[in-house]
Amino acid sequence: MTAVAAGRRRASTGVRIGVLVVFVVVFLIPIYVLLVTSFKPLTEADPGQAWNLPRTWTVEAWRVAWEKLAPGLWNSVLLAVPGSLLSCALGSMNGYVLSKWRFPGADLLFTLFLFGMFIPYQGVMIPLVQLLVGLNELTGLQFYGAIPGLVLAHVVYGIPICTLIFRNYYVTIPDELIEASRVDGAGMLRTYWSVVLPVSGPAIAVVIIWQFTSLWNDFLFAVFLTGPQSWPATVMLNNIAGAQATPYSQQMAAAILASVPTMLIYVLLGRFFMRGLMAGALKG
Amino acid sequence: MSRVRTWLPGLLLVAPSIVAIGVFVYGMLGWNFRLAMTDKHDEVSEGRFVGLENFISLWDQPRWHISVNHAIMFTIAFVLGALVLGWFLAFLMEKGIRGEGTFRAIYLFPMAVSFVATGIVWRWLMNSGMEERAVGFNRLFDAIGLPQWQWFRDPDWGMAAMALPAIWQMSGYVMALFLAGFRGVPEELREAARVDGCTEWGVYRHVVLPLLRPVTLSALIILGHISLKVFDLIVAVSGKQIITDVPAVFMWVAVFDSHDPAKGATIASYIVLSVAVFVIPYLIWSVRRERRS
Amino acid sequence: MRSRWTAAAAAVMAGVLSLSACGGGGDQAAQPSPGGGDAKKQVEVFSWWTGPGEADGLQAMRKIFEQQNPSYTFFDAAVAGGSGDKAKALLQSKLQADTPPDTFQGHAGAELQGYIKAGDLEELNSLYDELKLKDVFPPQLIEQISVQGKIYSVPVNIHRSNVLWFNPAVLEEAGVAGAPKTLEEFVAALEKVKAKGKIPLSVGSEWTVTHLLESVLLGSLGTDAYNALFKPGADWNSPQVTRALEQFKTILSYAGDPQDDWQPAAKQVADGEAAFNIMGDWAYGYFHNPPEGGLGKQSKTDFDWAPAPGTEGTYLWLSDSFTLPKGAKNRDGALAWLKVAASKEGQDAFNPKKGSIPARKDADQSLYTDYLADALKDWSGDKLAGSIQHGVAVNQPWLAAVNEAVGLFMGTKDVPALQKALAEAAQANAQ
Repeated sequence: MTAVAAGRRRASTGVRIGVLVVFVVVFLIPIYVLLVTSFKPLTEADPGQAWNLPRTWTVEAWRVAWEKLAPGLWNSVLLAVPGSLLSCALGSMNGYVLSKWRFPGADLLFTLFLFGMFIPYQGVMIPLVQLLVGLNELTGLQFYGAIPGLVLAHVVYGIPICTLIFRNYYVTIPDELIEASRVDGAGMLRTYWSVVLPVSGPAIAVVIIWQFTSLWNDFLFAVFLTGPQSWPATVMLNNIAGAQATPYSQQMAAAILASVPTMLIYVLLGRFFMRGLMAGALKG
Repeated sequence: MSRVRTWLPGLLLVAPSIVAIGVFVYGMLGWNFRLAMTDKHDEVSEGRFVGLENFISLWDQPRWHISVNHAIMFTIAFVLGALVLGWFLAFLMEKGIRGEGTFRAIYLFPMAVSFVATGIVWRWLMNSGMEERAVGFNRLFDAIGLPQWQWFRDPDWGMAAMALPAIWQMSGYVMALFLAGFRGVPEELREAARVDGCTEWGVYRHVVLPLLRPVTLSALIILGHISLKVFDLIVAVSGKQIITDVPAVFMWVAVFDSHDPAKGATIASYIVLSVAVFVIPYLIWSVRRERRS
Repeated sequence: MRSRWTAAAAAVMAGVLSLSACGGGGDQAAQPSPGGGDAKKQVEVFSWWTGPGEADGLQAMRKIFEQQNPSYTFFDAAVAGGSGDKAKALLQSKLQADTPPDTFQGHAGAELQGYIKAGDLEELNSLYDELKLKDVFPPQLIEQISVQGKIYSVPVNIHRSNVLWFNPAVLEEAGVAGAPKTLEEFVAALEKVKAKGKIPLSVGSEWTVTHLLESVLLGSLGTDAYNALFKPGADWNSPQVTRALEQFKTILSYAGDPQDDWQPAAKQVADGEAAFNIMGDWAYGYFHNPPEGGLGKQSKTDFDWAPAPGTEGTYLWLSDSFTLPKGAKNRDGALAWLKVAASKEGQDAFNPKKGSIPARKDADQSLYTDYLADALKDWSGDKLAGSIQHGVAVNQPWLAAVNEAVGLFMGTKDVPALQKALAEAAQANAQ
């Protein structure tokens, strides 16, 4: 490679990094406003001063936000962790069967599953509530009005996307591996456990990221399907954010607090997420 | 018999999902379409079957036309914006760059934040005040000499502004998809093209871009269905105003404010149908493509 | 590599099972069903009061409730958002699934019609008789919240909708002598302010414009004609209504850029950017209160108030009230709550904090100062008219139709279309 070409390449790398940095700044604008406002006293928290740094720094808003959110945070954990793991389990088994242990009509079934992604949820809230109340009466357990019902709704409406991710991912596993296991006399579950599951890491990461985010951030299902004792953090957040006279700095501190767990998941699983995407999950 | 024995366990394993989807998805869709074909316009009446009457009469309402137009503009702005921006970011990063992990994490993280949390910030940023009353973006634009505008209150292009938060949220995801797509193009193919005398641009045009088509298509589907159902964002930023009305918000108003179950169900049906119109061909196409390979 | 994944996967699966088990179990343990066999029975009180002021008032009533009823605990089920929009939607799903809260907040008046028609509410006439409430609430109020002789809610407060807020300094600068008394004077004042380059009239999101419309209708038509609009068969196509709507259009032409909600619009007046704003009297708390939820402004100097032009002598009212849903799990607890809400003590604890006046006539006047003292005085003497936007005069579907018509009008400025839509809404929904 000539020196000129190398120089040109370096220059182009520089330009690319420059452009990427500009976009980083643009992407962080809303976060900047959230952050600086959250450290302002209520008198300074005002759209007119959105760009200014606080004149007086205070963590008062954070204290109040924590106080108001705390009761919901544990509910959010109880909701999002089992919910996303159950979604993984179901999605993984469905994906496995629909790609490697197919039965007649498997493609049609897959297509029918996928269509579930496209339901506008606000339109079915009323019958959904009635369905869960019916489940309560039928089973004697508490689905409606408590976290299990909320987990159930999220897991069920998560089946399409989770199945899609796992199926597309498993399609890339060579059929010979499955065949070899079968020849060894392993049954369906055994093959799943010893051949398929061990290589599922990246797809699991994609599903966990996707489901954890939607479970953690969901407001609509949460407020409709559970009662005040099991309301997650988003409902608490809404109660700070939606009130008539609005303490903006508390709201924004609460908004950041409520988003910390999802951001952590992104940082922790980010690399597997990319690997999962590259391996074909969601590639279509 | 032995064939049955091979596929039966698989069917059993997915049976719980089949039941769940059957009830929660198709049960609800069935409930919805049936309701949409009745005259149950309040909560107490029984509702008689009226066929497609509700589907037709909706088009007599000026609000419906407005919300459909809004949805179309929002969809175009959002899907194009997120696709182009996501593609561009991936393009800048695809050859590997120092600090790629950090860049990726920053572009992805808006996906982690719900609009319940960021709605107020976007309301501040897209405040329509101008000149001495400018706050948010308009003040920033004023400072750096860009023209100010009314953002989502602009009577003509408001819904394009409404797409900005959505683009912000989803373009990182599209970037990740495209980055995965770029990385999935075998280096040998690019090399072969170069040997054949292709310029770097030519390599992109003739080798890389065609191979990105499936990624583009699935990104399109994901963005498109988010767009047609968009609700949280609009309610968080603007509330339920006609100026930013879309079918999903109109449906909420019909069900919960107007207490008109049949009208709400009709709008829900149109949303499902509009999603179906471009999702079903995609599903058929992708299943066929897989069979071929 | 592979063994690590096996271990991880096994951990995941084990986690799924244990967490979902303990998630479900732990939750049920932590959640005694309201009204269950506990020593203290819960009373689930459903409202949309979560903000500063309103939530404080609710807590003050709660204290009294728990003192007077040691066997009950107050259970707060408040959901915020858009003047009760989200709360009402959630409530509707609960009512339709026959799992109502023990008592819920609703605007007294026509807003409750849907619940009454669906048979969701118990009538409270015997409670009114027991507590002799008909003697302590103004007769006109009783009349306006009665449905065929039956009363279904207990009003805890009264708000006023037809208040003109203004900035005295801006008015002086524009040469406007004082608050305009008629709509004609109002338009003239708006014109003078406009000439000075200030915003003549500030508005917020679309519902605040409906709020403006009700004051203009009342100011233009007069109290009796306004009240007659909400009777079955009322004539919304009359030339009087046309004239009122034309005036509405003229006034709206002086409005500034719509703000995001009522607070930023009110703030424009407080900051001296705008001259006038028509908003309910909850704006007083926002203007006056210290920064915890207010602007900390000085009344009469930084901001001032008057009845909306043309409406002096009429109290365009709305009221928050509590109800008794049929099938409440803890009916006795709910009745105990309603008694506190109806009591002088309860109303005097709640209202100074909420920034409203009590519905009862026998309130302790010394608790209500400044604006609230004015309001209390007017309430005792004025004629009453019911608010449209806040659920007194029209039921929920009707209000949704009015809001739609106003929202469309803001784009088209088409008076005949507005009048037609309003007439159709009345015809479809009046009862």
